[in-house]
Amino acid sequence: MAFREIDLNMGPQHPSTHGVLRLKLAVDNEVVLRVEPVLGYLHRGMEKLWESLTYTQIVPLTDRLDYLASLSNNLAYCLAVEKLAGIEVPRRARYIRVVLAELQRLASHLAWTGFMANDIGAMSVLLYGFEAREDILDIFEEYCGARLTVHGIRIGGAVHDLDGPLVSRIRAVLERIPKRLADIRSLLDENRIWKERTVGIGRITAGEAIDYGLTGPPLRACGVAWDMRKDIPYSSYDDFDFDVPLGTNGDVYDRYLVRLEEICQSIRIVGQALDGLPEGEFKAKVPRVLKIAPGEAFHTIEAPKGVLGFTVRSNGTDKPERVKMKSPSFINLQSLEHLCQGNLFSDVIGILGSLDIVLGEIDK
Amino acid sequence: MPADRADQSKLRKALDALAGRFGDAVLAGAADKGELAVRLTKDVIVPALSFFKEELGFNAFEDLVVFDNLNSPDEGGARFTVVYRLFKFPGAVRARLTVEVGDGESLPSAVPVYRAADWAEREAFDMFGIPFEGHPDLRRIYLPDDFEGHPLRKDFPLAGRTGGL
Repeated sequence: MAFREIDLNMGPQHPSTHGVLRLKLAVDNEVVLRVEPVLGYLHRGMEKLWESLTYTQIVPLTDRLDYLASLSNNLAYCLAVEKLAGIEVPRRARYIRVVLAELQRLASHLAWTGFMANDIGAMSVLLYGFEAREDILDIFEEYCGARLTVHGIRIGGAVHDLDGPLVSRIRAVLERIPKRLADIRSLLDENRIWKERTVGIGRITAGEAIDYGLTGPPLRACGVAWDMRKDIPYSSYDDFDFDVPLGTNGDVYDRYLVRLEEICQSIRIVGQALDGLPEGEFKAKVPRVLKIAPGEAFHTIEAPKGVLGFTVRSNGTDKPERVKMKSPSFINLQSLEHLCQGNLFSDVIGILGSLDIVLGEIDK
Repeated sequence: MPADRADQSKLRKALDALAGRFGDAVLAGAADKGELAVRLTKDVIVPALSFFKEELGFNAFEDLVVFDNLNSPDEGGARFTVVYRLFKFPGAVRARLTVEVGDGESLPSAVPVYRAADWAEREAFDMFGIPFEGHPDLRRIYLPDDFEGHPLRKDFPLAGRTGGL
């Protein structure tokens, strides 16, 4: 063909961009030369809004960031505020938080598996993934009445206690997941089409991944064992025995394997947390109007998408001076161009999917 | 714990090395709880970042945070405080480099040292209007190009209309 470079637009309304993301692509026939993500279509000015709200009022807004893992956002924000205010969270509350956060990871990864397979054309896996996720959303509904924007973690602890019937229900759900996971794996693991679309696609080396600031499963798929639950343990994670699954090739297939293995590890953690659930309070006594002396705190957690952090600066009033979110999707998306360069145009969708981004936390 | 003490002395050594290299440009330094915190003058920020990366092994750029001090002037007295957060893996050590920038002043870009700083600097430019000199592609990242003002500045209203929308 005589013509070389063509500019292509994708999005912002495109079913496989997982939200309102626009990509400006430059392609040479089928090969991707450049990708420029264009952000801001979902920008709601969250950080500006937070400066006008009290510390407690901000918590439900964090649900709207990564809306597939709202409890993780709650947890990261609350931990940062607690660090700043010097609030000691009771041990039982820390365990409840671990249960909730790991269930959230299960829900997020199961939804991802469905979306990802659907992006590549395996529609039935979408249904299996969502069926399994539904069980977990039902647990959240029984716990506090909400399914997606859960708002289950509050400053000082959790919103409710975990009672006996709910614990048995969680155990029953956890017992069902491995079977469903096995179904998904039997459809994908050795599936020739799946492997052709994922193995060796969107590769990045460990050194480059760290350079680009990648965190979470895309980084661990390169073999880097960076997991905040192990490196800087928070919320009693050091009480639990679990592994950090690693990939070797840093491609789309390894990101898939890492996430599926993380599902198994999360089941282990939730089981241990339920077995060892200590007696005590599920929430610390926090003043109704929380005023924090001037200071600054930064806290990170290992969210399903990667390392999620909040910087909170106080000024002595009941409202923060500034809250800055370190969003894993935002930083992971930065590497998209590098991951796509030299790959086929049709693989852009698979590579974007494998990063597991949520526009709610990219655009804030 | 002995391991903690060993870490602590390593952090102190790193601070001494930094002071030896940059002298008066290091305004303050502290090391505690697995984190190095230094305040620097803004003209040495890029060499300092590259010292942290190459000599001290801080291989990951975690975050860039800007504070507008309009309503709460801090010790430096400048309009903006810019914080660079670095992370060292393995080892899980954090570093926090702070510089002060006046309104209308620019900062040298950290992108030549840490590629991950690219979008973070575009965000800081969009929200606070701090220009980063030497950035490969300094444009607004969230807001439309013709938007007027920088929303996270304290003197920008929370509600209302501006040009461009």
